[in-house]
Amino acid sequence: MFRGITDLKSLWPIGAIFIILLILPPVLPRFYTYILALIFVTSLLAMSLNLVLGHGMIFQFHHGVFYGVGAYTVALMLSKTSLPMWVGFVAGPIAAAVVGLLIGWFCVRLTRLYFGMLQISLGSLIWAIVFRWYSFTGGDDGIHGIPMPPFISSLNSAYYFILIVLVICMILLYLILKSPFGSTLEAIRDNPQRCEAVGVNVRRHQLKAIVIATFFAGIAGVLFVVLERSVFPDLLFWVLSLEIFIMCLLGGWFTFAGPILGAAIMVALRTFIGIFTEYWTLILGVILILLIFFLPEGVMGYVLEILKPQAREVAERKGE
Amino acid sequence: MLQVEAVDKSFGDFMAVCQANLSVGNGELVAVIGPNGAGKTTLFNLVTGQLWPDRGKIIFKGEDISGLPPYQICKRGIARSFQIVNIFPRLTVFGNVQVAVLSQQRRSSNLFPPAHNLATEETKSILESVGLSDKATSIAGSLSHGDQKILEIAIALGNEPELLILDEPTAGMSPEETAATLELIKRLASTRGLTILFCEHDMDVVFSIAQSIMVMHQGRTLIQGKPEEVRENREVQDAYLGGE
Repeated sequence: MFRGITDLKSLWPIGAIFIILLILPPVLPRFYTYILALIFVTSLLAMSLNLVLGHGMIFQFHHGVFYGVGAYTVALMLSKTSLPMWVGFVAGPIAAAVVGLLIGWFCVRLTRLYFGMLQISLGSLIWAIVFRWYSFTGGDDGIHGIPMPPFISSLNSAYYFILIVLVICMILLYLILKSPFGSTLEAIRDNPQRCEAVGVNVRRHQLKAIVIATFFAGIAGVLFVVLERSVFPDLLFWVLSLEIFIMCLLGGWFTFAGPILGAAIMVALRTFIGIFTEYWTLILGVILILLIFFLPEGVMGYVLEILKPQAREVAERKGE
Repeated sequence: MLQVEAVDKSFGDFMAVCQANLSVGNGELVAVIGPNGAGKTTLFNLVTGQLWPDRGKIIFKGEDISGLPPYQICKRGIARSFQIVNIFPRLTVFGNVQVAVLSQQRRSSNLFPPAHNLATEETKSILESVGLSDKATSIAGSLSHGDQKILEIAIALGNEPELLILDEPTAGMSPEETAATLELIKRLASTRGLTILFCEHDMDVVFSIAQSIMVMHQGRTLIQGKPEEVRENREVQDAYLGGE
């Protein structure tokens, strides 16, 4: 299945990182294990957005809604119903994808900025419902102390669960991007008009991409609940959506791994600068300005740019 | 194969196409000529669905296709190239053509087998037939203008059309490139049995390869006929070929 789309040599650093992440929790202080797990969850969220943003140029401005819907669905099902727990875990991503389909169905009729504006409005409606409906969602208090199955009830086991789900999702996202669906999506990004002229139903293709992306956002939402055991309306607030958007731009939205890097940087900034000042967004603002001026393709885009000439040299040497 | 009957299209007060008629028979090589702003590109956009006609009928293989979206018209067997280069600049040359081939094979939505190994035969044979094989792995945006125009045609071929519409295929090309492109068009028409509808500025080009010529002037059809008939037509001489 992977034949031809990746070579084994480029996989060893990824494998090494994975093994390091596997052995870390027992030796790390709890706090850092938690931060790492939070980075994993946020990475998946950012990657799901980047499927439509960087690879599809669909301005999904309110991606946080689908994360929140996934999280709230699993939270409500685990705390308010007596259904088997796995039903809740499966329902989260599905609910997110259904909401993605509904909102996307309206939004794909518009392009670019207008798409984003409509999505912010429709998404904010959902936020308002969650925020106000005290009897069902707990309103602005959210839901806390959500019961978890025993096998992921400790922090370390939650960490491993999240890491494994993240890796599976990354592999799936990678395969989707390399599939005919993904390459057609990138062609639409480059030139929607031409894509229609070669027989692609552009809107329907974009809608499918949105449904897939929101499904993965829903998985991220479920993982958030596994880690935090609580949900609150901020998960659906537009500020979070903006943060995810920035993660993609910061990490490099035309690269596959960029959003992971972006998520790691954002979570780290919020955590470590947040210790000193609540105005951590001030620092973020400065970083963003520098980014726009110096690294328009994002951090990962810049790294790949530096690595490229070397890779070419290696290839040339092999050719001799 | 294609019949355009009394088609009108206006943009605000401006009648871009007015009472245009065109007939393309199976296997023919048909040219549309006319001065700048005569409505040639608008007419092509109407046929391939980028624009909708205000009035009139466009009939392809006995079915009225006017008002259908571009992707459906493409699926019915009409593919086109654009006057202004319209490719996928960030994809490779191979990837550009592959998108069309995958769409033709109705595999655009397949999620799992990687695209890398799909439709390679078809894509390679198209690149071979237009002479872009050696540039298959280049990024399309980095090609020369002439090669990008050829890539335009290659993408259109990816849809295995019955009718190929070329909007000024040699625009902006050097004389050598123009000659090579004409050879290519003639070869495609004969080897693939394609019906080709094209428009072109260079009169020598048109009269040397077209079997039928339609002349447009200010949005209307002056005449459609064999090259000799068109050359001798007084109205055409007044309107367009005047100087010759």
